[in-house]
Formats: sequence, C-alpha cells, structure tokens
Amino acid sequence: MKGAQILIELLKKEGVEVIFGYPGGAVIDIYDVIFETPEIQHVLVRHEQGAAHAADGYARSTGKVGVCMATSGPGATNLVTGLATAYMDSIPIVAITGQVGTPLIGKDSFQEADITGITMPITKHNFLVTRVEDLASVVREAFYIASTGRPGPVVIDIPKDVQQKTAELVLPEKVKIPGYQPTYRGHVKQIALAASAITAAQRPLLYVGGGVISSGASPYLLELAEKADIPVVHTMMGKGAFPESHRLSLGMLGMHGTYWANKAVMHCDLLIAVGARFDDRVTGRIDSFAPHARIIHIDIDPAEIGKNVKADIPIVGDAKMILAELVKRIEPKTNPEWWQEIEGFRSAYHPPYRKKPGKLLPHEVIRKIYEKTHGEDTILVTDVGQHQMWAAQVYRCEKPRTWISSGGLGTMGYGLPASIGVQIGNPGKRVVLVSGDGSIFMKIQELVTAVNYCLPIKIFIMNNSYLGMVRQWQGCLYKGRYSCTRLQNPDLVTLARAFGAEGFAVEKEEDLEPVIEQALRVEGKPALVDCRVAEEENVLPFVPPGKSLEEMILE
Amino acid sequence: MQHIISVLVENKPRVLARVASLFARRGYNIESLAVGPTQDPKISRITLVVNGNEDILEQITKQLYKLIEVIKVGDFTNTSYVDRELALIKVNAASAVRGEVAQIVEIFRARIVDVEEKSLTVEVTGTPDKIDALEQLLRKYGIIEMTRTGRIALARGSKSL
Repeated sequence: MKGAQILIELLKKEGVEVIFGYPGGAVIDIYDVIFETPEIQHVLVRHEQGAAHAADGYARSTGKVGVCMATSGPGATNLVTGLATAYMDSIPIVAITGQVGTPLIGKDSFQEADITGITMPITKHNFLVTRVEDLASVVREAFYIASTGRPGPVVIDIPKDVQQKTAELVLPEKVKIPGYQPTYRGHVKQIALAASAITAAQRPLLYVGGGVISSGASPYLLELAEKADIPVVHTMMGKGAFPESHRLSLGMLGMHGTYWANKAVMHCDLLIAVGARFDDRVTGRIDSFAPHARIIHIDIDPAEIGKNVKADIPIVGDAKMILAELVKRIEPKTNPEWWQEIEGFRSAYHPPYRKKPGKLLPHEVIRKIYEKTHGEDTILVTDVGQHQMWAAQVYRCEKPRTWISSGGLGTMGYGLPASIGVQIGNPGKRVVLVSGDGSIFMKIQELVTAVNYCLPIKIFIMNNSYLGMVRQWQGCLYKGRYSCTRLQNPDLVTLARAFGAEGFAVEKEEDLEPVIEQALRVEGKPALVDCRVAEEENVLPFVPPGKSLEEMILE
Repeated sequence: MQHIISVLVENKPRVLARVASLFARRGYNIESLAVGPTQDPKISRITLVVNGNEDILEQITKQLYKLIEVIKVGDFTNTSYVDRELALIKVNAASAVRGEVAQIVEIFRARIVDVEEKSLTVEVTGTPDKIDALEQLLRKYGIIEMTRTGRIALARGSKSL
C-alpha cells in the first residue's frame, strides 16, 4: 500500500469524517486517494489559513479532532496562524502537510519550508515522517497527542516520496509514548484540602475557563456551585462552561468583564480556578489580583500551576474527574452574607446605556441578534475586536461548545472560516457569526467556500468604519490620536451578492428586527448583514492594560 | 543560583532543538550543554547548566516535561552528585617553556595528547573550577585555542534518574 493510502486508511480508523484543505504539488498523491474515498468529505477552502481555522471551529464545536491539509512551503506556512490560534486555546487539530521529497529536504528546493522547525513553538508536537514504515504509527500518535491531556495542534509533515513509497499497512497497537502520560486523577489529599477550604470559606468564588469545556466538566461544575452556593465568573474561553442565565453566574471577568465579576474577584477569600490560566487579560495587574484570596488551581497541565500566580492548593488533573470528587466531599452550604455583598456590587453599577437618536448602537444590535437567535441549536462564532467583547458581554451562552472565539491569540479573521468548520460539523444547527469590518476582510475569501458548500451561516458585521478596538485604545490611552485605524470599506451588500451570498444592510434601529428576521430566513447560502453602527462606541467596562481590576473605566 | 539539570530524552531528531528553543523562548541562558547516548540506545541524556531562582527552575522543569519526547528531568542542586567536564587546550610551548608547561599539566593530572614543535595540546578532566584554574595558569604562555565539553553529572550512590 502506498504511503498516501496508508494515511487515508489511518484517518478513517481515527474516525475522521471531514478534511479542510487545499491541494498542491506535494500533497497531490494524497488528494489522488481522497478522490476515491467517499467516506471522508473534503472541504476546499480558498486559503490554507482558512483550513486550519475551519478545522479548529469543527473541533471546538464538536469535541472531535479537526483535520486540515496543505501542501509544502507556502501551503504549510499559511497554516501557521491557525495552528498558533489552536495552540493558544488548547484545541485538538491534526494538520497534515506535504513536504518535498526526502532527497530534496534542506536544499532550498521548490516550495520547501522547514514546517516542523517553524511550528515547533506553536504546536503540542510535530512529526516529520522520513520512512513510510513509520507513517501509520505517527498518525496514531498524532491523534492521541492532539486529543489527550491538555489538547493541542499536531503537525504531520509527509515528504512526497514517503507518500509514494509502498509498505505493508500494519495497524499500530496501543499508543505508548514513554515521556507522555498525562495525569487525569487528581491527588486525593489535595482534593481533600480543597474540600475543606471550600467548606471554611466565607466568600468563595469559582473562576472557570476553557478547560472546563474541553474536559466536559460542566455538569459537575454546576453541581459544585449549587451545592456550596458559590458564585461563578468565567473567562471568555469559559463562556458556556456554566449557564450564564443561572442565578449563580456573575458573567465574564477581566479587562472587559462585568463590574460585579471583577469586584467579586477583588473581595473573595477563596478563588477556585478550574481550567483557567490567569491570563493577563483576565487578571489585570497580577500582583493585585484576588488580594484576599487563597487560591485553588485545578488544571491538567502542571506547567500552568504557579506560572502566573502562586496556588495555595494546586490540583493537577482532569477537571471533570476532580470536580466529581470534590462535589462528593463537600457539605451543602450557603453564603448569604457574601451574596449580599455581591448584590451590592450589582446595584452599584449599571452599564452606560445612552440611546443615540438615529444611531445604531453595536451592543444593542448584538442584544437584538441574541433575542432573535439564542437557543438550544444556536452556536455563536465571533471574530476578534470590539464586536467580540460586546458579544461576550451580551450574548449569553448556556451550554459548552456554543461559543466559538479566538481567545489566547486573538486572531482577526478567525470567525468566518471557523464558522464554516462549525456548520460542517453541526449541519442541523444555526451558526451565527458576529464579526467586524476589520476582521471580516482578513478572511473574506472564505465566503466563497461558504457559498460553494451551501452553508446557511448568518454573518453580522458590526461595521463602524474603524479598527474599533485599536481606535478605542488610541482614544482612551493615546490622546485620541487615531493613527491608521480608519477603514474605508467597499459596499458589503454588493460584495456579499458578488460572492453568491445574500446581502443586507441596516442603519436604523427600527429596521433592525425585520432585517435580522429576513437574514434568518435565508436558506442554502450565507446571509451577510452589514450593521452600520455608531462609529466611536467603546467597550466598557475597560480595565486598561497593566491596571488592577479595581481600576475599571466605566464611562 | 546555578543548577545542573539532567534530561533523559528519546533519541530522535530535533529533540535537542526542542529543548534548546524552550530555553531560548523564555529568555533563560544556558551556561553549558552536553548531549550523548546512554546505556539504552533509544535514550539520550542532555545535561544543562543554567542560572535561575527556584521559581524559574520549577517552570523550566515543567515546560521540559511538556515536550513529548522528554522522559525524565532531574535537578542535581541540593543532592549528592559527581560532575565532570573535559577540556582540550592548545597552548604555545616553545622549547624554553615546555618543561614548565609539562609540570603544570602534571600537577593538574592533565595529559598532553598532541605535541608539535611550538605547541602542546592538553586534555584535562575535572570540575569547572579545576579547568578554570588550569586555563588561568596556561594563559601566560598563550592559549592558541581551547574547547570545553560542558558539564556532565550523575547522582552519587546507586540511585539513578
């Protein structure tokens, strides 16, 4: 069997249903096999970065490993941003790249790039397969590494001659990697310590992140919070880990978190971090973060413990298994005084709500989108920027894997290709993309892909003719010197139609509802809505970088 | 504080690059580095000497463990160990001073491994301090070139990493 056939056989064995990719000279042998493999759908994107983001969106929304493919050289380097995005957010994807033939490696051959060297710091692991006999076990290991422990992207680089050479297909046995044995079960003593700390705490607070979602720990999180009456704040990556409409949810914390979530962090006496990594966008000035709290830190990655803050009770392991144990070991309790304090925070501040006559306010647009689209079968995808923060603040997510957004890397252009992956992986669900006029143009070519595959994605663009988040910083922190942030955009409706999608525009508040409804009725193709919103709205609250969470800009 | 870290890794291509780039990315300077095979042909041993406080070292150790091909990491600080380094020093040694140089080499229990009309090459093994001291003494004759292997170390007694 040829190497290319071995690869596809192994992908089938791993249960791969779809590959997002783009052909080229160094993967042509693999594509020749794909030609006769009806079991695996191939989604042809228009730029390899789109393939990586689509595989990422597929993985985030389904919980399966996403697969993307690209040719050598420029094809492979175009994957890099997508790999870094997945790496920062711990998303399991396997990227298969073609490589020039082994005799040509290292000679600056045509379309050669050292992709394993390039992706070393932005992948969980990578492989250069130099012998066809190794291919089967490498594919096995790649999927195993990507999906276990702390998930992440893995690259398999396959030289052209390895794809062409033949070997016997020997199905690898159980994967055994001597240096890779993730810890899942939390240390019993540490769990007992955590349980007694929770029992003793007067102002406990759960701080939950994306790890809860990737572990599938949400049911136990809910049980724990309810049993011990603990308020919950989530990171942006943790949206959906805990139902946001639940009485115990305080919403998102951090730079653009809710006033009361940040206040709760600053006043709690026990912070229980679950699958979260104390990112600088979350903590603000790190030495003033949660100043009165003992910290329990639950994470599957030992390297996260003590990286940014010192944990009093570290527990390494799988969030689901640890929370399940923890729930068993705590007594039901209530924290009425703590809640009274939190209600005080809640009533002390209301987000500024200033209607501007004749202007469409972006958070109002998102609120309306939320009203019209939220529900069991909706998955919200965002790009990166102001619209992302407004969406994070306004669009409540009740379930894991219903909020898809680039967190750690903050990749503008992520949204559209990710939506494609989400829709392909969830054909029956409604996929809503909230984007901005900056982000959408970073990957606008993928609108072709969405049209080609008849994907009914609803695209709402918060169009303020600015690179809004940078403009906001320039306004707040750089004396209003709007350097290079004004965007001159083409007409988005015409553009959508030229691509074969449906296009709408809305400028007035009274038109908002009917236009959204029209867009939602579009079937069999994407609908793009150009929401021409007020130009200079800011995302508030805003904790300026390097400031304490107490120092929120509120107006 | 100086730490000697021993890392057992799978003997595969690029493993050294992964380890080295991990240090580089976090801005930790490597003082010395030595790599070689072990009794198991599938496993290599990397010995690193780095400077840093406990927190930094803990982070480095954890990050090393995140590398898939890293099997075991050990820090020799606060343990009982033997460490050695080897150096080759090529020094000017015209006939007038040759006896003097040979005497110094003798005192250090070093060995002359190559002789030529005007120069000698000295092989010396020991702790870095000993090598530093010899280098210092030979300096006045004029060192033409020298190379050091970087430190290697093993725990004392029967225990192993």
